[in-house]
Amino acid sequence: MNAHDTTIATAVTTAEEMLSVSNVTLRFGGVTAIQDISFDILKGEIRAIIGPNGAGKTSMLNVINGFYHPQEGTIRFRGETRRRMKPYEAAASGIARTFQNVALFTGMSTLDNIMSGRSLKMKRNFLTQMLYYGPARDEEIEHRQKVEEIIDFLEIAHIRRQPVGKLPYGLQKRVELGRALALEPDLLLLDEPMAGMNLEEKEDMSRFIVDVNQQFGTTIALIEHDMGVVMDLADRVVVLDYGKKIADGSPEEVQASQEVIDAYLGVPH
Amino acid sequence: MSASQASSALANKNSADGLDTFPKLLLLNAQRFADRPAMRHKDFGIWQTWTWAEMAREAERFSLGLAKLGFAKGDRMAIVGSNRPRLYWSFTAAQALGGVPVPVYADSVAEEMVYVLQHAEVRFAVVQDQEQVDKLLSIKDQLPQLEYIIYDWDRGLQDYDEEGLTSFKAVQTLGSDPTAEEKAAWLAGIEAGRGEDLSVMLYTSGTTGKPKGVMLSFDNMVISSRNANAFDKFDENEEIIAYLPLAWVGDHVFSYGQAFVAGYCVCCPESPDTVTENRREIAPTYFFAPPRVFEGLLTDVMVRMEDASKLKQKMFHAFLAHANKVGGRILDGESVGLWDKLKYKLGEFLVYGPLKNRLGMTRMKVGYTAGEAIGPEIFRFYRSLGLNLKQLYGQTEASVYITAQPDGQISADTVGTPSPDVEIDVAENGEILYRSPGVFMGYYKNDEATADTKNAEGWVKTGDAGFIDGDGHLRIIDRAKDVGRLNNGSMFPPKYIENKLKFFPNIKEAVAIGNGRDYVAVMLNIDLQPVANWAERNNIAYASYQELANHPQVYDMMASHVDQVNRDLSQEERVAGAQIARFLVLHKELDADDGELTRTMKVRRTLINDRYTPLIEALYDGSKEKFVETEVVFEDGRKGKISATVQIRDAQVYPPEAMKEAAE
Repeated sequence: MNAHDTTIATAVTTAEEMLSVSNVTLRFGGVTAIQDISFDILKGEIRAIIGPNGAGKTSMLNVINGFYHPQEGTIRFRGETRRRMKPYEAAASGIARTFQNVALFTGMSTLDNIMSGRSLKMKRNFLTQMLYYGPARDEEIEHRQKVEEIIDFLEIAHIRRQPVGKLPYGLQKRVELGRALALEPDLLLLDEPMAGMNLEEKEDMSRFIVDVNQQFGTTIALIEHDMGVVMDLADRVVVLDYGKKIADGSPEEVQASQEVIDAYLGVPH
Repeated sequence: MSASQASSALANKNSADGLDTFPKLLLLNAQRFADRPAMRHKDFGIWQTWTWAEMAREAERFSLGLAKLGFAKGDRMAIVGSNRPRLYWSFTAAQALGGVPVPVYADSVAEEMVYVLQHAEVRFAVVQDQEQVDKLLSIKDQLPQLEYIIYDWDRGLQDYDEEGLTSFKAVQTLGSDPTAEEKAAWLAGIEAGRGEDLSVMLYTSGTTGKPKGVMLSFDNMVISSRNANAFDKFDENEEIIAYLPLAWVGDHVFSYGQAFVAGYCVCCPESPDTVTENRREIAPTYFFAPPRVFEGLLTDVMVRMEDASKLKQKMFHAFLAHANKVGGRILDGESVGLWDKLKYKLGEFLVYGPLKNRLGMTRMKVGYTAGEAIGPEIFRFYRSLGLNLKQLYGQTEASVYITAQPDGQISADTVGTPSPDVEIDVAENGEILYRSPGVFMGYYKNDEATADTKNAEGWVKTGDAGFIDGDGHLRIIDRAKDVGRLNNGSMFPPKYIENKLKFFPNIKEAVAIGNGRDYVAVMLNIDLQPVANWAERNNIAYASYQELANHPQVYDMMASHVDQVNRDLSQEERVAGAQIARFLVLHKELDADDGELTRTMKVRRTLINDRYTPLIEALYDGSKEKFVETEVVFEDGRKGKISATVQIRDAQVYPPEAMKEAAE
């Protein structure tokens, strides 16, 4: 009955490809948000996407999880070239995400929010779920167990029953991460997980991201503005600027690139 | 035969039956209470339960594993973490091998921990999680004797490959199937344990100087626990919630000693943040808390009521007023009128019952408060609801119990009569002395301090000044060494003044200054929860604690509290001279991380005096405000600075004569 001994899937960054984006171009009318971008995400790694405001980072995530459909280029996920896909289909295939602005059901409790992340995994029909009978009940218990593991993992037991709208921002971000984890994703997309947080919250969040990567072996792609965080967390970094890729490599390489420095600090024209 | 003689005879009888150590008691409980719950822990949202038989098995496996790792008689084992079953089992596991557990305050920063771990020469450490592992690893090079760090929760620890770092489960696996000889040797080791052996070392948090390791024997612990159980008639049916620090003697006696002796069930909360909710679910039959917890609960209820509908508020206050009038008398078994009794019954149904449920006190048979003085209003509030809240007075050196209030002899300003087997005396300088079977063996590696505290006949100095009143109840005035004099010769009891201030819900901490000065001045800390709530309702905008603390209207509020205290003081002959002449509200909360409070939240006077010297000077040079910069330590150990301009105000002092005239 020693609940805290979790089985550990050790994360090993292999050369195996999880997802690759090749020559993707995304336009909104006359505006080109992403222009001919290619990069890959390896299994088990933490991949950061950085760039100044308006560089196309969030658009890139939206392309990956099927919310936007690029006009040109292909996306390969787990070795298969992906056809045009709806976000929920992407979710069912193992891609989960969090949002730049917290997007939770504010009137619902932490528990219910995270439970909602399991809905794709529930097989019983609406009627038996409503009657809470037999297989539907067993299913619910099984899912609840998984959710409790996540609650425990993220240390949010004390807010289990509280409506998330009343929680401080840092905790809401954590609940959102919990909901994404409930999907047991292979690939987790985090859109600015640390935006607007104070130092302590950032450190907590960083620790959770590393722990998710190591303990569940989840591959993570994250957008982040805080360079310190990116340099500490990421295995590899891709840098975008005005919809173009300007650098790709280890944090050290990217930091040394003149183009990246120019993009962030600006160059006299 | 008096009650104390009866229980003393009982204690002697029980120690004669050979059950004089905790491992022996565990083995017995595993038989006599095999299927009764010994421990619960809320995990993954569900209360998990271990019976005494299961718990004994868990502790045994861990103990045998420890033996395989080389843990031997006399070894010290640090235990660091919050209240979790495995940490409690570690105590017994170490004791079964003749080792000595040394619980350490889990929220201590690494530097604080170094001293204790070095001093106790620990070879093993059982810790809760990654946070504690990191802390220990960061100081490991200063601890050459530390060989093994054993962690309970593995999250985030997969990639650690430090030597000697292993999980609790792995150690249990090592000990899970012993050979017949190993098992026999283990049992023989337990059998060889004696009551006079050292059972545990508890480091006192120390309001002054370095912590001291208080050595308590099994006899100290077991006899004190037995006496306490007899005093309040505790048996195996009790359930308590363990939420106070493991390193504190109170938790060690209530959640370990008394539980093992009586065989009752100890429940560990899900996390330190969920204690209130978990307490409601368990509804403990016996509850101990320092006054600040009772204050906090009451404040919480009152703040919530402010947001309730008008009708509910009206009902709540009407019935509380009634309870205030008759509740205490009903609890003490005095007779009240029929109408009052009926109205109280109705109140129980409509208000008191639901309220007690909210507080998690529905099943509470006995509640104790100790450690600090409790506000008479708060004390009366709980008692008026029909809760048997009592006060006790204790110390680490006494295995807690020195005095306690017997049922029906309760008052807010005494701490009761001597506990069973305890003798009390008051020295000429007013200091309280005691002698009991719970008196500690000595301070570890500090004979000098031991000799200072305990004399050859076993009398121990408490360091508190007090007197025994006409009914044989002990009253505490202040720390003996803190009571000072103003320059005009009047008595200055700082804690007495501070407590009066802290009884106001809006004031969290207070520090009084005055020894060797011309007048008394105080530095206050606002309590954020009620003050913030008040600010919200009065449309007072603020961005930070600092801004709120410095708000003129907050100062007005504080001024009215100080004024009330001065009126109270002026009516008491002995302390009328100690009225507050000037005060300020501090720009930051006093914090244990900054060393301003002890880990048990007591004010460290000398340190505060040094730290806030500029403010203290300003209190005595007549200035109206003062700019200060203060270094603060964040929770992760980093340092920063905050600065503020603190206002200083004068308070009106009432002449005691005027009050006397008014009374004539």
